[in-house]
Amino acid sequence: MTDKTNITLNINGRNHAISVESRRTLADAIREECGQTGTHIGCEHGVCGACTVLVSGEPVRSCLMFAQQAAGKEIRTVEGLARGDEMHPMQRTFMENHGLQCGFCTPGFLMLAVGVLEKEPDISDHDLVDVLSSNLCRCTGYQNIIKAVRAAAIEMRQS
Amino acid sequence: MTAHTKGSGTTWVGRSLRRVEDPALVTGQGRFTADLPAVHWVRFVRSSVAAGTIGSITAPDGAGIVTAADLKSLKPIRPMLSKFNYVAVGQPILADGVVRFTGEAIAAVYARGKDEAEDIAELIEVEIAETSPLIDAIDALADGAPLVHAEATGNVIVEGRIVTPGFDEVWKTAHTIIRVDGRSRRQNATPMEARAGHAAFDASTGRVTLTCTTQMPHLTRTAVCDIIGMPESDLRVVAPDVGGGFGQKMSLAPEYVLLVWLARKLRSSVAWTEDRRENLIASFHSRDQHVELEGAFDKGGKLLALRGDIVANVGAYSCFPTTSGVEPLMALAELPGPYDVRAYHCRSRGVLTHTCPMAPYRGVSRPVITFVLERLMDKAAAFFAIEPTELRRRNLIDTFPYTSATGLVFDDGSYKATMEMAIAAIDLRSFRKQQQTARENGRYLGIGFATFSERTGYGTPAFAARGMAISPGFETVHLSIDPSGFVEARIGSSPHGQGLRTSLAQIIADEIGIDPEFIKVVHGDTDRSPYGWGTFASRSLVLSGGASLIAAQKIRAKLVKMAGHMLEAAPEDITLQAGSAHVIGTDRSITIATLVRAAYHQVHIFNGEIEPGMTETGTYDPSGTFSNACHVALVEVDIDTGRVEMKKFLVAEDAGLIINPMIADGQVHGGVAQGIGNALLEEIIYDETGNILSSTLADFLPPTSREIPEIELHHIETLTGNSITKAKGLGEGGAIGAPAAVISAINDALSPFGVSIDEMPATPQRIRAALRSSGKLPSHGRFA
Repeated sequence: MTDKTNITLNINGRNHAISVESRRTLADAIREECGQTGTHIGCEHGVCGACTVLVSGEPVRSCLMFAQQAAGKEIRTVEGLARGDEMHPMQRTFMENHGLQCGFCTPGFLMLAVGVLEKEPDISDHDLVDVLSSNLCRCTGYQNIIKAVRAAAIEMRQS
Repeated sequence: MTAHTKGSGTTWVGRSLRRVEDPALVTGQGRFTADLPAVHWVRFVRSSVAAGTIGSITAPDGAGIVTAADLKSLKPIRPMLSKFNYVAVGQPILADGVVRFTGEAIAAVYARGKDEAEDIAELIEVEIAETSPLIDAIDALADGAPLVHAEATGNVIVEGRIVTPGFDEVWKTAHTIIRVDGRSRRQNATPMEARAGHAAFDASTGRVTLTCTTQMPHLTRTAVCDIIGMPESDLRVVAPDVGGGFGQKMSLAPEYVLLVWLARKLRSSVAWTEDRRENLIASFHSRDQHVELEGAFDKGGKLLALRGDIVANVGAYSCFPTTSGVEPLMALAELPGPYDVRAYHCRSRGVLTHTCPMAPYRGVSRPVITFVLERLMDKAAAFFAIEPTELRRRNLIDTFPYTSATGLVFDDGSYKATMEMAIAAIDLRSFRKQQQTARENGRYLGIGFATFSERTGYGTPAFAARGMAISPGFETVHLSIDPSGFVEARIGSSPHGQGLRTSLAQIIADEIGIDPEFIKVVHGDTDRSPYGWGTFASRSLVLSGGASLIAAQKIRAKLVKMAGHMLEAAPEDITLQAGSAHVIGTDRSITIATLVRAAYHQVHIFNGEIEPGMTETGTYDPSGTFSNACHVALVEVDIDTGRVEMKKFLVAEDAGLIINPMIADGQVHGGVAQGIGNALLEEIIYDETGNILSSTLADFLPPTSREIPEIELHHIETLTGNSITKAKGLGEGGAIGAPAAVISAINDALSPFGVSIDEMPATPQRIRAALRSSGKLPSHGRFA
């Protein structure tokens, strides 16, 4: 399994020319070949959602996608959420509402929530909880994650 | 002495200050162990069987592989207790001739890439002559059962007994005896970050830096150095950002020893990142217990005597440093809970089996014993035909200090008050009406109460009472203000999500009159922090908070003395506020930064009355303090499917003075969610051959946002004399009370069927089995 293919991953607007085996997952490629370690790996079998990134605007579990499948597509990770020193509303509301404790699942939740709200800014509270149930958090009991995402949703609608 | 004036005029303690930890974590700048690059990657080859003897290990030519044969110079992991008939057993770093659980590491493969190491590991052939494994503790106790370790007769590794004088006489006076056979299935703490380690050899100094996902950096250093036989000064242990621990990361991982050994051998850097399957089958498990409990009540519903027999399945080895006594002995000491009962008779055993070793998990035994004890109270209430809360009202302790039948001293608490608060907040009376109406419509609602204590912040005496060769307890803080005027607190605790950097800064800020934004708390690095025990057992806020306060009081005294000298005022007329020392009632002041600069650079002006510099040490080693709470669960059970819907959860909780309400609430939320998961969903399932059937997160089921209902919190703050900050610990309480409340609610919902669910998790299968066996399912029930 050493045959490698040259691909370009566009992460947060920046091109990374890398060489990967076909089996390389997008999560591993983002972290290791591209050095963007903000995306975390929690299970590698598509259940926990810690590795969620946006590919062409869609939240995907990057442990279940091959790097080659994302070649040439627009990939967004947690490192790309803030604009310089100005945080994304979702990052801010997570801090304001104590939506994180250990912070390991946080990048996945941030990307999931941003991806969903960009597409469905008027999503109902009930549906929001449903969507958030696709990721796991072991610290917060979800109470403050839900509060944070709802607060961000209001801000994102207004802006 | 003047009245104690808090720092900046307003107190920082008590505010929901935003966490200093967060900006890095929400921007992807957190640094977790698996983020580090390494030259060599390690993959462990693990046993596919639960018990057997290793024949040959065959590796491809040129493969980098380590087996037990290479590690003859290493000592085994051999934690020790001096009491309770503890039998010391050793765990080799890699299985040495014998395998004792599925997932035990047999070999370590290393290669230049992670994938390459995995590829090679797949090619390693291990011949194992399989033997019949012991999976359930009851089977391991049977006469003639094979021995997991030859040293441990009958597979009992630890056995504690308490019998209070005159027990039998009290027992005979009982009006009724109520009995519960409780069973808690095996669980895994499941932090979202699995374990990882990275060991880097520095050729210039000969030192190794081990970065790993530990809750106990100093103990990890001591243990690794003892096992390898190297000076502790040659090993630096770093716990960087750690993605949750819940106890699973406090016990020594044999894998870390291997990494340090290998880094020294290769004179390079080596790394291992556990995958989720490894975490679920081979990290540490917990809560696999049988609890037989009987209560003797008088005719008024007062508990007179308690008799218990506890069997904890501790797996194949004893965890370091707590030993596998941690669950059975915690259960032995704390089984009576917050109830006033003077006669107690209990035996508690830790039993070895061919399963993954047990280690502490948030709550340690108390989630189990609380659930069983609360079942007993509920059953007694049913016998006396009174509300379960009324039975608790007749039995909860309410004079303090209260010394329990097992010798524990309960400091001031609010056991009854939190329960009354919860009853009012949930409106029990109107719930009963709703429940009745719902039942008439074929819907089964239930309410469950759990009243419990949470022993927190205990120092060395409590651990020494267990006879631990290593008795954790004290915490030390080195507090300094450097010439720039910035404050640094170096602590021995090792938080990993608890927000302790923020809470400690609040405590220090109030004492020294410097705002928290100028106070940095440093932890998780044995080169920078004083020897300490880490973060576990709901201890860090109490112990490191107390040590921070003691150190800050010393800094304060020095600053006041210096300010008195420089402002020509009596020290008792000086107050420290918002970064300056002020002479009370005047406009004279001097900045603390100026004072501190003088302590380093103008020390001659103090005529020898001031020691140079601005560093103080605080150490705190208290006896401990009990938090308490009442949890309430509201559920609806679907009798056709056995599904339990959590409708609401309510907590009335008392953890003393709350330092940061936002953080405190977050701790309770998280604990409750884990407790709900424990009660309903999470189970490590072994088949009879010792193979684990729940080795993915699609099988072992931590709850999602859909399973956790709204959690309503209420607080009482009882100020205890047992904690100098007045704060009690609260990290575990959520997980301790929630399973009991949920299971109680399920039983309440199903009371028309006369069933008793005394097992957790209460899965749909178990609920349906109980309902079917009741013979009372409605005949129209399609699935009956």
